[in-house]
Amino acid sequence: MLELHSINRSFGERRVLRDVSFTVSGGRMTGFVGGNGAGKTTTMRVILGVLGADSGTVSLDGSPLTAEQRTRFGYMPEERGLYPKMKVAEQIVYLGRLHGMSPAQAKSSTESLLERLGLGERVDDTVESLSLGNQQRAQIAAALVHDPEVLVLDEPFSGLDPIAVEVVLNVLKDFAATGAPVLFSSHQLDIVERLCDDLVVIADGEIRASGSREGLRAEHTLPRYELQLGGDAGWLRDEPGVTVLDFDGGYSVFDVDSDATAQRVLQRAIASGTVERFAPQLPSLSQIFREVIQ
Amino acid sequence: MSTARYSSPATLPAVWLVAEREIRMRLRSKAFLVSTGILMLIVLGSVVAGGIFGANQELPKVAAVGSAVSAVEETKAFTVTEADSVEDAEALVRDGSVDAAVVPSEGATKLTVIGLDEAPSTVVSLLSVAPQVEILEPSDQNSGIVYLVAIAFGVIFFSSALTFGQLIAQSVVEEKQTRIVEILMATVPVRVLLAGKVVGNSLLAFGQILAIAVLAGVGLLATGQDILLAEVGPSIGWFLVFFVIGFVMLAAMFAAAGSLVSRQEDMATAITPITFLIMIPYFLVIFFYDNPLVLGIMSYVPFSAPIGMPLRVFLGIAEWWEPLLSLVILVVSTLAIIAIGSRIYANGLLRMGAPVKLKDALKA
Repeated sequence: MLELHSINRSFGERRVLRDVSFTVSGGRMTGFVGGNGAGKTTTMRVILGVLGADSGTVSLDGSPLTAEQRTRFGYMPEERGLYPKMKVAEQIVYLGRLHGMSPAQAKSSTESLLERLGLGERVDDTVESLSLGNQQRAQIAAALVHDPEVLVLDEPFSGLDPIAVEVVLNVLKDFAATGAPVLFSSHQLDIVERLCDDLVVIADGEIRASGSREGLRAEHTLPRYELQLGGDAGWLRDEPGVTVLDFDGGYSVFDVDSDATAQRVLQRAIASGTVERFAPQLPSLSQIFREVIQ
Repeated sequence: MSTARYSSPATLPAVWLVAEREIRMRLRSKAFLVSTGILMLIVLGSVVAGGIFGANQELPKVAAVGSAVSAVEETKAFTVTEADSVEDAEALVRDGSVDAAVVPSEGATKLTVIGLDEAPSTVVSLLSVAPQVEILEPSDQNSGIVYLVAIAFGVIFFSSALTFGQLIAQSVVEEKQTRIVEILMATVPVRVLLAGKVVGNSLLAFGQILAIAVLAGVGLLATGQDILLAEVGPSIGWFLVFFVIGFVMLAAMFAAAGSLVSRQEDMATAITPITFLIMIPYFLVIFFYDNPLVLGIMSYVPFSAPIGMPLRVFLGIAEWWEPLLSLVILVVSTLAIIAIGSRIYANGLLRMGAPVKLKDALKA
């Protein structure tokens, strides 16, 4: 488990991170979302030790991170970069060896990763000759080659087509299943919604929300229901404890003052005719996101 | 996480990994191979040319008349054509088949030298009686060779420091520009990166110079100029020692300068000050190779010591302890520069965009 505790960081006068604390649990994919300039990249750089924090600690399994442990992290920076003139496989092997793998280990790990990422055909091409999407896959291989203890990915899905997103997503899920903590940031909330187990929301350098996806959703779920009747639902307006928000013939969206009211509405609806649909309205991630960053 | 993960390599193997990549990529670059090839051809060409011109030194041609013939032949310094009369000799001078004519006359030397449009000074001086010369402190070296050696040391240091310095700065900027530096920094300590770069490029530079030295040596032997080789030999030893350390110092400076900018376009500005530090000693040695005071100062200033001190050793005007003292100064300043340089390098690497000011990079 990776823990951040009260991280502060300023650039000159500007405070970029304020008391940032959250945890990334082993075996779970943690999505890290926030607007541009909210502090995602800075937080990730602090975790990797590429940037120092002004105050606060990062710890792994309860003890403060050492430089030695950090070298066993896998990192994909926001600013992509590989040597343009090196061959794909050669480059990944090089990075694996810098992490302490033997030539044979680095080679076999590189081969299987590139194969799984769909780059098996391109191993001997130079990076500059790859399309941007393929460079991105190579970049992910670079983060994973040494079987890292913790994986930190800054925007791993940006610039990927939907098929590539699936490929990368599967590789990451398989990796998280081995028990390592995985933290990734993304602007694409729909992907985060599908992929992450836990969620951390940052805005203006402050953590606004963090926890499991379901927990956050439950926390931000309003007592709001959606009803679709075969006939007219006009009677809803007169029901005590019900506030109708949207109404269109048989369709309505309404808030209730208690669960009992909701049940009463459902019983009356069944009694009065066909009920095509009755459901609590769950907020989407982007709704939660908009709500917490305000 | 108790699974057996890989632990990061020790410092030296990591430095070697970085250095090895530098060398491998450089050897794959066509530009590098072609420029090395051209350099080798130039060296080989000048050695061979030196051999040809050295062998074909012709004696001046003169026409001599009557009693002048024996006088001229005695000197063994001319190719003599006998002419029947003064008129015939003059005709030979006019049509250019001889440089001058020597005819008997009434003067103190009993000879008159006839030239075409100016006094043929070579011929005159060869026939003149020179006063006795006594030299109190004979120099072991003739000044032509001294000049050649001075230029050779200067050019080798100048060109390789400049070429490889630029390559180092370029490869630092490349890593910044492609942003791979962030992954590298998360993987190995910054000092390992810096050390690897300096070691890799220094080895390449030494390799190139060794190849040139071998080529020049073989060329000199093959063209029968082995005397020059024997005279220059001992000072080359000192040159190599000074060169290696001086080069490492400059390499660290170039790497630090490269880390201040994010784009290749900005690189030239960043490395200009260092370029001057390399060029100044080069010009000093060309203009002042025979000035002991300037050479003395140069031989102790770290930036010019790699040229100055070996030259003084070659001239035999350095006491035995002087190269050692200068070497100590050089080593100490190299260590200091590496310390400052790696600080600038570490601070400059992550700053993208506009060039970083030197004082910011030192302070942060």
